[in-house]
Amino acid sequence: MAEVLVYVDHVDGAVRKPTLELLTLARRIGEPVAVALGSGAENTAAALAEHGAVKVLTHDASEYADYLVVPKVDALQAAVEAVSPAAVLVSSSAEGKEIAARLALRIGSGIITDAVDLEAGDEGPVATQSVFAASFTTKSRVIKGTPVITVKPNSAAVEAAPAAGAVEALSVSFGELATGTKVTGRTPRESTGRPELTEAAIVVSGGRGVNGAENFAIIEALADSLGAAVGASRAAVDAGWYPHTNQVGQTGKSVSPQLYIANGISGAIQHRAGMQTSKTIVAVNKDPEAPIFDLVDYGVVGDLFDVVPQLTEEIKARKG
Amino acid sequence: MSLRIVVTVKYVPDATGDRHFADDLTVDRDDVDGLLSELDEYAVEQALQISENSDDDVEITVLTVGPEDAKDALRKALSMGADKAIHVEDDDLHGTDAIGTSLVLAKAIEKAGYDLVISGMASTDGTGGVVPALVAERLGVPQVTLLSEVSVEDGTVKGRRDGDAASEQLEASLPAVVSVTDQSGEARYPSFKGIMAAKKKPVESWDLSDLDIEAEEVGLDGAWTKVDSAAERPARTAGTIVKDEGEGGKQLAEFLASQKFI
Repeated sequence: MAEVLVYVDHVDGAVRKPTLELLTLARRIGEPVAVALGSGAENTAAALAEHGAVKVLTHDASEYADYLVVPKVDALQAAVEAVSPAAVLVSSSAEGKEIAARLALRIGSGIITDAVDLEAGDEGPVATQSVFAASFTTKSRVIKGTPVITVKPNSAAVEAAPAAGAVEALSVSFGELATGTKVTGRTPRESTGRPELTEAAIVVSGGRGVNGAENFAIIEALADSLGAAVGASRAAVDAGWYPHTNQVGQTGKSVSPQLYIANGISGAIQHRAGMQTSKTIVAVNKDPEAPIFDLVDYGVVGDLFDVVPQLTEEIKARKG
Repeated sequence: MSLRIVVTVKYVPDATGDRHFADDLTVDRDDVDGLLSELDEYAVEQALQISENSDDDVEITVLTVGPEDAKDALRKALSMGADKAIHVEDDDLHGTDAIGTSLVLAKAIEKAGYDLVISGMASTDGTGGVVPALVAERLGVPQVTLLSEVSVEDGTVKGRRDGDAASEQLEASLPAVVSVTDQSGEARYPSFKGIMAAKKKPVESWDLSDLDIEAEEVGLDGAWTKVDSAAERPARTAGTIVKDEGEGGKQLAEFLASQKFI
């Protein structure tokens, strides 16, 4: 059976959820071979084996942390040359897409970015993409070289599928460009204790209607009652009420959770672009004419300062 | 010292228009008004700020690859304050994918001459966000991308990249390729004077032969990917809308419970 390379996104050996989703998709096409780089790479093996990786290729060097993107491209290229895979899958993070693109160019292969689904086809893997603010769905294939495909988080379920997960050392030699862009400082983002926005099963967002940074506390309280991530519309971010890292929309994150709750968000095209593929959509807004209500499965026309706290209390009561 | 900045910009269909695909599954550009991609305005702005903060002699060239109308995007950038423009236009470019676009841009950037390339973080139509990395790979120069802060001094570009897990300080020697996010600073509006001046600024037109690119390397036939189908997403079925009359939160909780979210 053909092997499929899966690039592993991990933090000191802790594998991030989108990588486990990639393993689910990789198994539809062939046998997943994972590539884990940097500090803690070997510690990823257990989780990867549990979800279907037959092999885990690892390599650690200081270059991965000290220089931007290119060392990882060099390593992934070495893995492609060692394995001759049927496809290469990478998570659609900002860095993931950059790594995938440079790899594709180097190995003379086409690239498809931001796939939301992937299936085997007679002429190679077929990727589904959601485009034009999710108003269209396209199906595409790579027609030259080894398909390189980046996949958005939440595009597949994480499935247990125990496999060998044998760790093998990957031999990597860095090219001249690897040390081109130096990382001179790194400030880890402070943990909020909430799930990562793009990975969360539930996202609770606030917009212009929240009307102030201090009022985001009621959005956070609702999110915490559901174990959800907190999002914000561009209007709320531009007003300085919530950090840009939480922005949902065209210029922020694109999310596709099981449940999206929009509070005080009108639903302009820029916002819809980032959340329209959510499975269930719920909105609370004062304005009955707000375009967000065209998308919802359930909507409440009302003041979010009344509705949201009551909802939070009711959830807490029901959960006991 | 002089500093030659090339800003890459894209002419895109207006996101608030009715965007759709043409019969050959390329983006239809005829039925929807186009404009300079909003995210590229931030790239033009940062080029202007680097120029304003520099003692060097800075020249800003805006570069686009696109159909005839793409000149509008160049005019906008010129009216914001860029010095000159290059328009790569060729019928054989129709349907070019990201890999092909990066080839055309890289060849044009080399022909124009550059110390620094500045791009937006992504286009507002394709939203792939991979072209700056591809251009850096082709040019063989450092990639300093997705910056929310950027500065240039003594032949070095520095910037801050805000990632999901951490905020990173980056540094590279020129020449380099930079991309900037929408957090890098509000783009200026063209002044009346700027708009008038832009009309007199030079816009060069190049075609594929000027760049020594063969027709089969680009366009729909030269693409390394193929779109097999494009379908409009079915409209979501109308949901339940209730007016809050004191019990809205509880009603919503009831809905969430019925969907097993609680």
